[in-house]
Order: sequence, then C-alpha cells, then structure tokens
Amino acid sequence: MMSSSFYLLILLALASFAYMQGKRRAFSLSGTGGGSRKLHSRPGYYGMLTAVWCVLPALLVFGFWMVCSDTILTSLAMKTLPASMQELSSDQANLLVNDLRNLVAGSVAARDINPVLQEAANQYRGMEQIGRIALAVVMFSAALFSASLVYMRISPEMRARNHVEKIVQIGLVLCSTIAILTTIGIVLSVVFESIRYFQHVPVSDFLFGMKWSPQMAMRADQAGSSGSFGAVPVLAGTFMISGIALSVAVPIGLMAAIYLSEYANSHVRSWAKPIMEVLAGVPTVVYGFFAALVVAPFIRNSGEMLGLSVSSESALAAGLVMGIMIIPFVSSLSDDVINAVPQAMRDGSYGLGATKSETIKNVIIPAALPGIVGGVLLAASRAIGETMIVVMAAGLSANLTANPLETVTTVTVQIVTLLVGDQEFDSPKTLVAFALGLLLFIVTLVLNVVALYIVRKYREEYE
Amino acid sequence: MNSDKKESTMDKVNRGLAKRYRKERRFRLFGLGAIITSVAFLGLLFVSIAANGWTAFQQTEILLDIHFDAEKFDVDALAAADYGALVKASMRELFPNVKGRQDKRKLYKLASTGASYALQDMVASDTSIIGTTRKVWLPADDEVDMFLKGYIPRDVPESDRRLTDKQVSWIDQLVADGRLEKKFNMTFFTAGDSREPELAGIRGAAVGSLFTLAVTLLLSFPIGVATAVYLEEFAPKNKWTDLIEVNINNLAAVPSIVFGLLGLAVFLNVFGMPRSAPLVGGLVLTLMTLPTIIIASRASLKSVPPSIREAALGVGASKMQAITHHILPLAMPGMMTGTIIGMAQALGETAPLLMIGMVAFIVDVPGSVTDPSTVLPVQIYLWADSPERAFVERTSAAIMVLLAFLISMNAFAVFMRRKFERRW
Repeated sequence: MMSSSFYLLILLALASFAYMQGKRRAFSLSGTGGGSRKLHSRPGYYGMLTAVWCVLPALLVFGFWMVCSDTILTSLAMKTLPASMQELSSDQANLLVNDLRNLVAGSVAARDINPVLQEAANQYRGMEQIGRIALAVVMFSAALFSASLVYMRISPEMRARNHVEKIVQIGLVLCSTIAILTTIGIVLSVVFESIRYFQHVPVSDFLFGMKWSPQMAMRADQAGSSGSFGAVPVLAGTFMISGIALSVAVPIGLMAAIYLSEYANSHVRSWAKPIMEVLAGVPTVVYGFFAALVVAPFIRNSGEMLGLSVSSESALAAGLVMGIMIIPFVSSLSDDVINAVPQAMRDGSYGLGATKSETIKNVIIPAALPGIVGGVLLAASRAIGETMIVVMAAGLSANLTANPLETVTTVTVQIVTLLVGDQEFDSPKTLVAFALGLLLFIVTLVLNVVALYIVRKYREEYE
Repeated sequence: MNSDKKESTMDKVNRGLAKRYRKERRFRLFGLGAIITSVAFLGLLFVSIAANGWTAFQQTEILLDIHFDAEKFDVDALAAADYGALVKASMRELFPNVKGRQDKRKLYKLASTGASYALQDMVASDTSIIGTTRKVWLPADDEVDMFLKGYIPRDVPESDRRLTDKQVSWIDQLVADGRLEKKFNMTFFTAGDSREPELAGIRGAAVGSLFTLAVTLLLSFPIGVATAVYLEEFAPKNKWTDLIEVNINNLAAVPSIVFGLLGLAVFLNVFGMPRSAPLVGGLVLTLMTLPTIIIASRASLKSVPPSIREAALGVGASKMQAITHHILPLAMPGMMTGTIIGMAQALGETAPLLMIGMVAFIVDVPGSVTDPSTVLPVQIYLWADSPERAFVERTSAAIMVLLAFLISMNAFAVFMRRKFERRW
C-alpha cells in the first residue's frame, strides 16, 4: 500500500512538471510579437492537456494492475505447486489458495506451514516484487511517452481548450453514470446471491413458510439440521413494528405540520422547525440505545403494574421509538403538501363562515390528501428499512403473533444477525440474508415509486 | 314577529357557535400538543443520555505507593517484569491484616488490570524510577468506579451486588484515606476499545470515523458536483438522463442496510477488498450520500441566475469556462452546505458498516484507511451490547461526543447558508 501511494505521488509530480512544460512551450511558440494572442487557446490549456495525457494512461495501467495483480500472481504461484496438489477439486483448490494468501500476508503461525506452500508463497512474493518494478516502468514510461507526444504536437493552431473540455465532459458523464451503476450493483448483488439461495430452498417455502429458524446444525444428524426459512413471521414482525411506528408518527407528525403551517406565528415556527430537524438528525443508533435503555424498561414496568406480561424486547418499545424517529419525516412532507394548497381555497372556506379547524378538516386535508398519503408511504418505507432501532430494541425470535407486547423480529434484524460474524457463502444460512435483502429492496422500491407517483401527479393539479 | 314562528339562519348559526369554537380550540390544542410531544421526546432523549453519560467523563483512580524494586527489573527485558505483582504488593501493604487467598484476590480486584500496563509505560518512558518508591494514581476497577458513582447500592444484601461487604469496607477506608478519587477520565479520549470498561476509550473509533469520512468526502464531493453539473448544464433531455434522475431519486430512499449488502457482495467478495477497513466503509457511505449531495448541488446550480451564464458566454467564454469560472464559484456555498449535511448523515450511519465487518473488536487505533477499524456509531452499538454497568455510561458518553460532532457540523452548515446566502 505504501508503494502504491508513493507511485501516485510521483505521478502527481510528473503531471505538474508536464503542465509547466506544456505551458512554457505554448508561450515560446507564440513568439514575441503578438504574445499569447496568436495561440488558439490560452497557454494554461496546453499545459493542462499535456498533464492530462500524462496522467490518464498511467492511471489506466495502475488501475489494471491493482484489480488484476492478485489473481494473476495467485494463479502463477499455484502453477509452481507439485502436480498432485493441482489435481484437486475446486473446493480444495480454494482452500489452498486461501492458505497461500494467508502465508503471503504472513498471518499464519510458524509451526503449521506446509513447506511446499511456503515455497509457492515465496514465489508469489518474488513475483510481486518484480511486478511492482515492472508496474513502475510501464506506468511511468506510458506517462512520459503520451505526455511527450502531446508536447511535440503543441502548436499555435492546436485546439487545446476544446480537447481539455471534451475530456472534462467525458469525465462528467462518467460520474453521472455512477448512480446507475450503484443501482445495477445493488440489484445484481442481491439477485445473484438470492438465486444461489433459491437453489437450496424453493421460493414458495421462503415466501409462504410459517416457521423461521435459520440456524443450521453443524452435523447432518443433529436435531433441526435443515433449518427452516419461512419469511412470513419475519415479515409479520416487520409490518407490526412499522405499523406501530406509523400510528405514532402519522397523527403527531400531521398535527404538528398543520399547527406549524396554519396556526403557529413566525416566532413559534422559528424554533419549532429546527427542533424537528434535530429530531431527524439524531443517528438511529442513538434512538436504538434510547429504546433499549429507557423506553423498553418503562413499558415493561408499566405493563407489570397493570398485570400484563411484557417482553423486555417488546415490539411496542421498538415501534414507539421508531415512530418518534419518523415524526419529522411525516411532518416535513405534510408541511410541503399543505403549503401547496392554494390560498384561494382557504379564503373561499373562510368566506362561507367556516372556522379554521373546519377549513382544515373539510377543505385543506381533502385537497392535500394524496400528498399526505404519498408522504405516509415514504415514511412507511423508511420504517420498514430502519435497522439500528430494531437491532438494539427488538428481539431475534420470530414469533407469529398479533400481540405488540411480545417479541417479534424484523427483516433488517435478521439480515444483520445472519451477516455479522462468520459467513459461509455456500450455506443457505448466509445466503438467505440476501434473499431478505432482495425482499426489502423490492418492498421499499415499490412504496417509493408509488409514493413519488402520487405526490407528483397530484401536485400538478394545483400548478 | 317572524322569529317567533320561524328560526332564522342567524339563530341557528349562533346556537352552534359555542360548540364550534370549542371544537376549534380543541383542534388547535391537539396541534400544539403534537409539537410539545415531539419536543418532549427530544428533551427526554437528550436528558436521559446526558444523565446517564456525564459520569463517564470521570474515572475513579486509586493512589498506590509502588516500590520499583531494582531486583525485579531486568534492564534488557523491561516488558518481562511482573508489573501486576507491584500493584498487588502495594495493595497488601495498605491492608496488612487481609489474610487468606480468597480475600487477597478480592482485594487485588479493586485495582484495574490496566494498572500494570500503566506502570509498564511509566518504567519504559523513564527507567530512572527503578529502585525508587513512587506514589502513583492508577485506574480502579469498574465495579469500584460504579460503587463510588452510586450505581451499586450500598444498602442491599451482599448477594445482590457485585461487591462484597469486605470490599465495600476497604473502599470506604481508601476513600477516608484520600486514596480513592474521581478524576477526569483521560483514558476515554486517548484509548482504543477494551473489554475492561475502565480502559476503554473512543479514540480508535473516532480516528476510524475520521478516515471513513475522509474517504467519503474525497469521493462523494467531486463525483456529486460533477454529476450535478452534467445534469444541470450539459445533459440533453432524453431517456438516458431521465434514467439517471429516476435512479438518483430512488437511491435516496433505498434502506441503508441494502448499501451494506452491496458493499459485502461487490467490494468484499468480488473485488476482494479488506474487511473492516475505513476504505470500504467510505466507499459504501459515498454511494449512500451521493444522492443527497447531487440533489443539493443541483438546487444550488439552479439558483444561479441565467444572466450570469449569458454574460459570460456573451464576452466569449466557452460553456465550460462559464461554468468553472462563474457558475461553480457562485453555487459553491450551497454545494458545500449540502455536502456537510451529507457528511453528518454519513457520520451517524451504522447499519451498512455492520455488513462490511466494521463491527469487529479492535483495540488498536487505526493508522491508515486499510487498517481494520470501527467507527463511532458502531462503537456505541458494541458498547450498548456489553453487559457491564460501566459500559452504559460510556455508551451514553460516546453518544454525547457523536452528537456534539453532528450538532457542530450542522451548525456550521447553517452558518455557511446564512453567511453566503444570496438573493439575486
């Protein structure tokens, strides 16, 4: 790692050198008479073009090496192993490759080193040394070659600015495609692993199974060795906690938005709105700690006073705190749509003698309803995807229950528990997390698309 | 009279008025109640965290007379000396009448296991103290700390608390001798994570957060601004740009844990990047904060009046020159505000980082972006999971530190907005 950043620093130095040389040449070519007026572009552009062409090819070489060196070196090192070790099944070969990597990284205790493998690791290290030197030679000669090519071609007629601008514009387009690449990356990563999962467990068992216990036994003869992967209890728990959260957040958030936009004077607004923003800015891990430390014991104690048995990881506690978290979300979205209702509709209602609350209930809310529904759907998608609060305050056991005082689990909790710690990417226990992730992605995506559609469609009506 | 026979509309209205006004007042009160409830929740959150956490900024220390006996030290192998024995010897000296193995062991437990490391550091930094006797303040055990802070009640049966009656009497004597005092908890700000609460600190997590945020900022700001510039200034109106816009809007609403799955499947499994590294954490958070930055930057670009663009083009600037010389500088404050808000989000994010292994127990303070490390919110999550009572206050204290960072970042964003806001 040290030497790669060192290479990049050298490249940077080369680029600034190229910039200065390019600029100087442009100046000297412009001659004495007219100065830089004879040039097509300002001298800096010639320098920039030289520098850009110095950096680009070198970076390409460097990136290629960074991505591929490990694969190439490993396969070369594996070839040096004796023939007996090369005719292994792919699983065993993978193990060998892992051992080799550990040896190269030097993270194996000295006594369990296989001498043959050690030989291969030494080979690897040797080739890596050579590779690094070769990389430096290729990278810097590419940089110097292309930079001097540009340097030679510098002439007053050269359209340096247009070239530079073209390159920058290509860079801009590439940056803007990252959003698309991210989406593709998300879809591919969850879909691929899910497909591997569904080779182990049928889709119908996953979607309609009523029992969830993903722990797989180590040996085949142990009890419960198969594990069961029915997502219904997990989904039910998710919807219950989100439902509790929404039943807290929607009334409070909506009333807060109505009060702020219709009743409150500017003084109240000026301190109430920032407070709402603070509520939205508190990290979810803080809410989770608050739920586990304050809210859950409080609910349990008050339940016990009423003679109810309340689990210490009740759905109610998690849902309540999640509700607090999404209050600002509901209120800011509702605020937007309520403010979008034209003043003429309010004035018409007042003109007929309606009070303010009657106007709100009979005119403004019906007019703003689609927008409010859209906002609630967005809040629901946020609640379903929320992770830290439920990880810290909700339980792990998947109960199919309608009692909010019991423990339930959610999709996000299961993803976290299955993927934190040791992972085996060939066991359904790890892969099912990606299937849950796919489910989560689809549900939130649908909610978002529908919500955005509703909001957009009804906003147009008043414009 | 007409009104005797037939009630006028006015009367009907008047009769209902009192009721309608009552309803009006009630509705208004509901609204006010909603605001007050939200504020109260926020207040309760802050108060309970502060009440739990402020004590963590103090740590009980114990004053011991340590004999750095010259015979026990081999100058060539200072690390091999038994520093624990020094602590034990001086504890025995304080309580000469404690006999029996069990009691002695209980006595030794009053000092932290970290006391011996502190002595080792002392000797390593200054070998001249060998052969002398020094009065040294050493960390006390977390149970002692909790007892002095009042979290372990005194007046309950012995079996109900973590300290025995004997230990309590020793503690009382030490306090009476002035050998047990609460001091400012420097360890909390200078140490990495530890299984022992009295030795645990947030420095490792804070440095990890710093590295992660640095990677996020270096990647997301240029990419976000470049995307915004392309979409606002260059992009033709076609299917492709529509697709990009739809994607950006959807990514803004994708649950954060899904980004973690992407990081695990793509960055770790496909590209083989190191687990638990701030580099990967920064990459994942970059993808997450990009939509925020892009949306803010576009709004900021949009607010630059077209007259400036046209004037630049009119005096012969190329489109790129108009953008880089005139529009970008004017839009920069708005873009930076959006970036700071995005960074604040990234600083508070936990779930995706759990997926890429930043949840490991790491004692060392990371030294580069590829070292295994954790970040502040994940440290909070880890401590919140620990059973020791002393970790509850440390969790709360870490939350206070995190919130202080977030609030100052947001305040800075508000300040920037106020200072550079322009009405054209």
